[in-house]
Amino acid sequence: MIPVASLRHERRISASVDTVWDVVRRPESIPEWFPGIVSCTVDGNIRVIKTATGLEMPEEILTNDSSIHRFAYRVISPMYQYHLGVIDVIEIGPEDSLCVYSTTAEPDALALIIAGGTVGALEEIARIAEANSKVL
Amino acid sequence: MGRKILFITTDQQRYDTIGANGGFLSRTPVIDGLAAQGIRYERCQPTSVVCMPSRASMLTGQFPSTHGAWMNGVALAVDAPSVAESLKDCGYATALIGKAHFEPFMDVFGRFVENSLANLGVPTVEQPWYDGRMGVHRGFDHLEFATHGVMGSLHYAKWMRDVHPEVLGSFYPVVDSDFNVNAAGGGDSGAPQVKFNDVPREWYHTDWVADRTIAWLESQAADQDWFCWMSFPDPHHPWDPPKSEIGRVPWREVPLPANYPQTALERESIIDQKARHWRAWYDGRVVSNYEAPARWVPATLTSDQVREVNALNAVEVELIDEAIGRVMKAIERKGWGPDVDVIFTSDHGELQGDYGLLFKGPYHVDSLMRLPLIWRPAPSTATAAAVVHAPVSLVSLAATFLEVAGQPAPAWVEGSALPVDDVDARVRTFESTATEWDSSLFGVDVHVRTLVTGRHLYTEYRPGTMHDGSEGELYDLSEDPLQRVNRFDDPSFATVRSDLSERLDAHEQRPGERATPGILTAPV
Repeated sequence: MIPVASLRHERRISASVDTVWDVVRRPESIPEWFPGIVSCTVDGNIRVIKTATGLEMPEEILTNDSSIHRFAYRVISPMYQYHLGVIDVIEIGPEDSLCVYSTTAEPDALALIIAGGTVGALEEIARIAEANSKVL
Repeated sequence: MGRKILFITTDQQRYDTIGANGGFLSRTPVIDGLAAQGIRYERCQPTSVVCMPSRASMLTGQFPSTHGAWMNGVALAVDAPSVAESLKDCGYATALIGKAHFEPFMDVFGRFVENSLANLGVPTVEQPWYDGRMGVHRGFDHLEFATHGVMGSLHYAKWMRDVHPEVLGSFYPVVDSDFNVNAAGGGDSGAPQVKFNDVPREWYHTDWVADRTIAWLESQAADQDWFCWMSFPDPHHPWDPPKSEIGRVPWREVPLPANYPQTALERESIIDQKARHWRAWYDGRVVSNYEAPARWVPATLTSDQVREVNALNAVEVELIDEAIGRVMKAIERKGWGPDVDVIFTSDHGELQGDYGLLFKGPYHVDSLMRLPLIWRPAPSTATAAAVVHAPVSLVSLAATFLEVAGQPAPAWVEGSALPVDDVDARVRTFESTATEWDSSLFGVDVHVRTLVTGRHLYTEYRPGTMHDGSEGELYDLSEDPLQRVNRFDDPSFATVRSDLSERLDAHEQRPGERATPGILTAPV
C-alpha cells in the first residue's frame, strides 16, 4: 500500500441539507465560499481555479450528485502526484446538517495545505447556508 | 514625547553565537555594545522551540497553551491579543518588518494576511481586534514581510522576483518537490540546507530588512513615538548567505562545538539516556515534526558538515550585527538616540551539532532553549548596566514593551516585565520558566513540558504516539551544563524531581482564560 495523506474536516450547520447543498453544488460557485480562491472558469467537467497568490490550478470534477449530496473533484496540477477532494452534506435534522470536506493527496505536505484551506471553506459554507436559511 | 522601542528578533539563533555571551565565531560588536550599555540575560527561555508558537508569545505575552497557536502551521487567531494594539492605543506608530510568522507560510490560497499583503500593495489591512474593535492587522500600521529565501508571496520574495530575477535560482530551495523541508546537501561538505549563494550582499534579506526598517523610521515625524519590530529571518536554515561574505569565517578552521560528541558510540550513549524519540530521529526512524528534513538522517551528519554549518551561521550572524549597526546610525541621525529602548533576542535556538544533531524539534535542551536576550533601556533613563542570572522568558516581552511605554500590563498578559537586575529578579520571584511543545503531524503526536530554574532543566513527556507518559529528563545545569546525564530516574534526584514536577503542574494549572487551540492548516 502506498501511504497517502488523508485528512477530514467537518462542520455542523444550522440549515437544511438542501440549503447547504445549494451552496456547494454549482462548480462555478467556489470563489464565493473557498477563502483564497478569487476566480474560476468551468468548461464541462474541468474547472480552473485562481488563488489570491496568483496560482492557477486545473481540477477535474468527478462527481456532482444531488441525490446523495456529494461533490468530488481532483486537482490535476502536476505538483500533485494524487488528489481527491470530496464534499459530503449529510442530513441530521430538518434544519441541521453536517458538511464533511475530505482531502486525500500526495505529497503529504500539500494535502495538509489544501485541507487547511477547507477549514475556512466550511466556515464560509456554514455562514452562507445559515444566512440563506434565515431568508427562507 | 516618550520612549521609542526598537525590538530586534532573529530566527533560530543560539545564546552562544554573540560575543557578549562568550561566542567567538562571529564578530558582533554592535550587539555586544548594546549588552555593555544595557541588561544582558544569562538564561532566557522561549515558550516554544519552534517559530510560530514562540513568536505568538512575544506578541501576546501568553504561553502557547493560552494563545492557541500550539504548533507551526496553526495560525494565531486574527483577533488574539496583541501588544502592538495596546501600543497603538497609546499613540505609538507601529511596524513589523521582516519575518512575522503568526500565520502559516505554506498557503497556496493566500488566505492569510501575511501571504496576501504584498500582492495587495497596501501597508496593512483592517481586521478585528481582541477587544472587538476593528483596526490595523494585529495592531501594526505598517507590515513588510520576508522569510528564508525567495519562495512564496511575501514582500521580499516579490521584490526579488520583480527587481532581481536573475539571482532567484542562487538561493537554496528550502522545500523539495514534495514540499518537504529539503534534505539536499551543498557547500563543500554536502551539509543539508547549505548552498553557495551568488546574491549580492545588498540584495540579501538581512540587508533588505534593515533597509526597509530605515525607510520606515525615516518616514516618521521626529516627535512621533514608535514601536518597530525588526525581524531578521537569519540565521535560520538554509545556510546560504551571500558567497561574497563566506570568507569571513573559513569553515575548516572552525572548532567543533563543545557539545559535539566526536564518535558515534559517544553520541549514541548520550542520546540513549534521553527520551526515546531522540534516538528514533537520530537513526532516521521517525521525524516527528516538519521542521527537520524528512529525508535526512541525523546519524549521517559529519564533523565537517557541523563545521561548515556553524561557519555559515556565524557569517549570517555577522551580517545581522552590521545591519543592526546601520539601523542604529539611522536612529542617531534622527536625533532619537537617548530615547530609544532596544531589545534584542531570538525565537528559539538550533542544535548546530550538539549531540551530533542539526535543526530542531521536541528536544528541550539549551541548544534550542537558551537564547540571547539583551535590553538596552533608553539612555535617557540612566538605567544601570547589569547581567541578570535569574531565568526569564520571552513571555515577558509584551509586558516589558508596555512598561517602557508607561502602560500597565493588561489582564491577558501572562508574563511580568523583565527584571532590570538580579535584585529585581529576586524581589519579583523570577525563579523558573516554562517551555511547551505540542505537535500532531501525520499520525505522530508529541507533547512535552519543561521547567527551567537557575539550577535544573526538567522535562516531562505527556502521553502521545512516542511516549507513554512515564518518560522525562532532568539535568543539573551546574554539574552538567551540556545536559548529557539524565537524572530523571536517579534516586538521589527524587526530591528535586518531585519539586520540579509540582512546579510544572502549577504552570499547567495556572489560572486564566485559554483560547481554543487553533486548527493545523499547513505544515509550517
